[in-house]
Amino acid sequence: MRSTEPPLTRARVVTRTTDVEEGSEVAETSVREVVMDQAMLVGAPVIGLNDSGGARIQEGVESLAGYADIFQRNVMASGVIPQISLIMGPCAGGAVYSPALTDFTFMVRDSSYLFITGPDVVKAVTNEDVTQEELGGAKTHTTLSGVAHGAFDNDVDALITLRTFMPFLPLSNRENAPVRPCDDPWSLSLSLSLLRTLSLIFLSDSVVTGHGLINGRVAYIFSQDFTVFGGSLSSIHAKKVCKVMDQAMLVGAPVIGLNDSGGARIQEGVESLAGYADIFQRNVMASGVIPQISLIMGPCAGGAVYSPALTDFTFMVRDSSYLFITGPDVVKAVTNEDVTQEELGGAKTHTTLSGVAHGAFDNDVDALITLRTFMPFLPLSNRENAPVRPCDDPWDREVDPELCHQGDLCCRRCLDINSSVKGARFVRFCDAFNIPIITFVDVPGFLPGTAQEYGGIIRHGAKLLFAYAEATVPKITVITRKAYGGAYDVMSSKHLRGDVNYAWPTAEVAVMGAKGAVSIIYHGKGDISEYEKEYVEKFGNPFPAAVRGFVDDIIEPRTTRKRICMDLTILAAKKLTNPWKKHANMPL
Amino acid sequence: MAVLRLMGSGGIMLRRQGVQQLKLVTRLASSIEHKLDPKWFEIYTTDPINRSEPTFDKILIANRGEIACRVILTARRMGIKTVAIHSDVDSNAVHVRLADEKVCVGKAPTSQSYLNVDAILDAVRKTGSQAVHPGYGFLSENTKFAGILESEGITFIGPSASAIIKMGDKLESKRLAKAANVNGIPGYDGEIRDVDHCLEIANQIGYPVMVKASAGGGGKGMRIAWNDHECKDGFRLSKDEAKSSFGDDRMLVEKYVSNPRHIEIQVLGDKHGNAIYLNERECSIQRRNQKVIEESPSPFVDPQLRKAMGEQAVAMAKHVGYSSAGTVEFLVDDQKNFYFLEMNTRLQVEHPITECITGVDLVYQMIRSAKGYPLRLKQSDIPVRGWAIESRVYAEDPSKNFGLPSIGRLSRYIEPNHLEGVRCDSGIEEGSDISVYYDPMICKLVTYAPTRELAIQKQIQALDEYVIRGVTHNIPLLRDIFTEARFRKGDINTSYLPTVYPDGFQGVQLTNTVKKSLMAIGAVMRAKDKKRMRMIYGQAPTHRVIPKSFEFVVNLREENTPCTVVEKDGYYVITFADGEKVTVSDTFNLAEPVAKMKVNGKNDIAQLIWRKAGGKMRIRYMGTAFNVNVLEGSVADYMKFMPVLVKADTSKTVIAPMPGVVKSVSAQVGQMVPEGQEVCVIEAMKMQNSLTAASAGKVKAIHIKTGDTVEEDQVLVEFE
Repeated sequence: MRSTEPPLTRARVVTRTTDVEEGSEVAETSVREVVMDQAMLVGAPVIGLNDSGGARIQEGVESLAGYADIFQRNVMASGVIPQISLIMGPCAGGAVYSPALTDFTFMVRDSSYLFITGPDVVKAVTNEDVTQEELGGAKTHTTLSGVAHGAFDNDVDALITLRTFMPFLPLSNRENAPVRPCDDPWSLSLSLSLLRTLSLIFLSDSVVTGHGLINGRVAYIFSQDFTVFGGSLSSIHAKKVCKVMDQAMLVGAPVIGLNDSGGARIQEGVESLAGYADIFQRNVMASGVIPQISLIMGPCAGGAVYSPALTDFTFMVRDSSYLFITGPDVVKAVTNEDVTQEELGGAKTHTTLSGVAHGAFDNDVDALITLRTFMPFLPLSNRENAPVRPCDDPWDREVDPELCHQGDLCCRRCLDINSSVKGARFVRFCDAFNIPIITFVDVPGFLPGTAQEYGGIIRHGAKLLFAYAEATVPKITVITRKAYGGAYDVMSSKHLRGDVNYAWPTAEVAVMGAKGAVSIIYHGKGDISEYEKEYVEKFGNPFPAAVRGFVDDIIEPRTTRKRICMDLTILAAKKLTNPWKKHANMPL
Repeated sequence: MAVLRLMGSGGIMLRRQGVQQLKLVTRLASSIEHKLDPKWFEIYTTDPINRSEPTFDKILIANRGEIACRVILTARRMGIKTVAIHSDVDSNAVHVRLADEKVCVGKAPTSQSYLNVDAILDAVRKTGSQAVHPGYGFLSENTKFAGILESEGITFIGPSASAIIKMGDKLESKRLAKAANVNGIPGYDGEIRDVDHCLEIANQIGYPVMVKASAGGGGKGMRIAWNDHECKDGFRLSKDEAKSSFGDDRMLVEKYVSNPRHIEIQVLGDKHGNAIYLNERECSIQRRNQKVIEESPSPFVDPQLRKAMGEQAVAMAKHVGYSSAGTVEFLVDDQKNFYFLEMNTRLQVEHPITECITGVDLVYQMIRSAKGYPLRLKQSDIPVRGWAIESRVYAEDPSKNFGLPSIGRLSRYIEPNHLEGVRCDSGIEEGSDISVYYDPMICKLVTYAPTRELAIQKQIQALDEYVIRGVTHNIPLLRDIFTEARFRKGDINTSYLPTVYPDGFQGVQLTNTVKKSLMAIGAVMRAKDKKRMRMIYGQAPTHRVIPKSFEFVVNLREENTPCTVVEKDGYYVITFADGEKVTVSDTFNLAEPVAKMKVNGKNDIAQLIWRKAGGKMRIRYMGTAFNVNVLEGSVADYMKFMPVLVKADTSKTVIAPMPGVVKSVSAQVGQMVPEGQEVCVIEAMKMQNSLTAASAGKVKAIHIKTGDTVEEDQVLVEFE
């Protein structure tokens, strides 16, 4: 069989790497080791075209050592890079073990054999008469022994078929399975589906669950069906919801809940309550791992309201969706208050008063389409980076300064309880999902007053502080006007690991406003207007902060956009981790 | 400006400089440079500025906005230092930043700032200004102010106080016109004592009559009355307005010449008895006696008429010893008879069109005359060079009575200055506030070209590329007038607007072609938006297929039209259900304020004002902004299941048509009010607007009281 060697058994380009096949002389093992090592290094398959009579007897133990070196590499490479053996001639003795260690062994009919010992030795030892073909031919190994996985008609057929086979394998285990173009429609039946392609929906009980693509990206969805028992939550209902949530966690994709449920299914009693708790547990486990979004599309009462409250975003539909623990009737009975559903838990109430919902839409269609537009702004899970999206607006466009000069363009409001809590939650969402945080500061301080103090502004304000301090995503801060007192510290200051902190020339970084400061420092000193002027001159500007490095640069307002874009590019590679902990003890 | 250039585009490194310095630097850095050196200044070729001629060292401009900027530009070129005055809300306004010095003269209301004679005189003295240019409006025709300046040896850049007294007062001017043998309009040449006297005179002359303030101008303090009832109302409202605007509530009454043209002659005089005329301006397109579009020359005036009118105007000017730039207004009937209306003893708002066709810098001439130089220009030096058109871009809603003021901040603002033959005179910029305190004019958009047709074309292009966001503006109306057949023919008079738009202005009329083009543009915008939604990078690969074709339903003016959009070789082909195809070039993106594309091969312009996630867009096309809602076909099917929001019933309420201040409330709770009766008066931008009951009814509730500030669309009064 040596005669067939020259044209086919030497080096061949099969995939990206050159692989060198060893002849029967195992002295070439060093060459083969080099090939396998390189393949491991770059993560590419190794293909062996085997045509070896066994060990080179003349070399004795060295030849055996060569085999073992190869075996060791076969084992190490196994499961890391695909290894394929193409047996192209009679291979005996030690030469058969390496193919046995690879992922695939293919043979060529009538010209390749694999056996430990040849027919002569078999005859001598067991007195069996057997041909090479019978003992270790392609037919034997593909139908009887299972040593080989396929056989080809001749060497050329084998090599060409191998070329076709390779694109189905990844280059290494570092890569995903290759995705290949497919001209055959992947699914004729599903293209008629109401939902988008690649969607599956499951109908039964009072909830419809499934998954689909939103702008080409996977999302899991459950939609409560008010027409079945008022969308009430049964144990099956809960199980279906749990199932999509589990799957979403598994693949790392968002869960969207379309909520329209009157509450627990009273007929089921405690089973229904257990169902709620199962969902809540999953909401909590999924929080910060995958985005969870609730779209309230009908009246939701009782237990049905807690799951939305645990999710990242809650949106409502105006005039047709409500969220309340107990409805107007119960309220009337208990507190004797007259209130409508809309007043008690409508979209307006929850977006302007209670802060339970984050946005409201005109109708169901509007809500769903808007959600489609919203999703591309979120990563699919915390395993991914923030999505990068194309932007037609030039990144270095300068914004006319007159817009920047107008201080009241930004809300120059104090931090109060509500704004602190809102801000804290937003910062934590961004941090959980690797979304950079840009903070514009124009805050004269925390809002004074008994209502705020009794309400616990201290502990609520601390939430925002906590959230900023804990966040490890890129943090860019621009002080546009006032950054007074504690509000300066809290709002993503340099000291809370702010990455880039800017100030506009109009910025004022101080412990408090001039009037208050002067009235304390110069208490009882008569006319203090002169001092006030001095204070403004000294502190009513960004310089004290800049001198100390608390502000990285004082920038022209119109360049703000440009600067932020440049910084975001650099900070994309930011790596920062907090010390290991079970969880932080946020001042809730 | 040297400091500014040092900074470059990076951060401000001038750490050691004082804070004040820094603030100054940033203020200068506010891209004001382009305002200092406008391209259009090259039009001044007739008697250009002579820098070697001695002039004032410093002048104060007792005005704000575009006219203050206009005066500063010429003064700077003459080498004169300028002082701006401003109210507290205007401290960072364009005119203030253009000037060398600034003085705050009081609070926002004009009576406390720009009309505050004492404070302005203080500013003049403090800054050592040698002269004062009053601009138009405010103190420009205040003889007391001019008189005091004269007595202190400070030059008033304008006519003498005596000429202002003579001409500024309508009663006096009528007598003088008679003396100068200028035809006047029949009327009562005396002051009207009270309502009864007004009715008596009105009936003597015969209706219709014009009731107007003797000190009035600019459409304020005047009303047309067709009967006793309107006469009574008009007298009262005009008198009130006159009082608050001019501090002078003397009234007069005259015959109202219906459907005349309003044509005025620009005159220029000096202190040596010389006077010339600088051709006419056609100002017939007006609403509520306020000019909207002006042009020069007038398509109606032939050389003979121009000469006749010009010579009368010069005679008038000479008769009163007029020594500055002024305007003699005439009403011209269709027989080319002209009647003297009044003389405006100031620089007119619409002076740029005269400048464009004559090449004369009127501000320069005013300053020269004021300094005492004789005119270098002779009548024969004044050419008629091509055609100039000015459209006044106002912050107002043209669908309400051809323009009720609106307010807001210019969140995006780009003037079409890049176009050849376009001149924008404005005193605002991106970020400026249009407030209730001042005139709602945004800009005077002037185009000049060799012919009227070309000047109109230029207006259309300039209006299409004009980006104004944040306030409602009248570009839809202006744009529509320029395409209207009667205007194109030059067949215009003062009742043009109500005749052409008898039901008010309702936006551009959509022909089938226009409608299809607009829908096609909307569909392409949505397609581009949808494609963008799928372009997500930095993420694990998913099914990232960017679609090339779309099925949409376009909703425009409550009408659903299905169409398909297919992307092909840099074009989108939109096919409508009726088989009609429109191609739109892929030459714009959704972030550009002005989207330029080819629609069916022809250049077209649209502005995407906003787009919402749900497919709703607001697109400005041919001047008018349309709500275009583009949904995918499958989604549009579901819309029929959506509940329709019930619109509030407006027949039982009176709603504020614009933001303003409640001047008076005449209705009372429980009162039966007949249809059309006044229930309250809202004052906005110095205009008093009487709000009436839409139908008879009993007043259920009144939500306002005198002095309240009201928002647009706020419910003021409810009926049972």
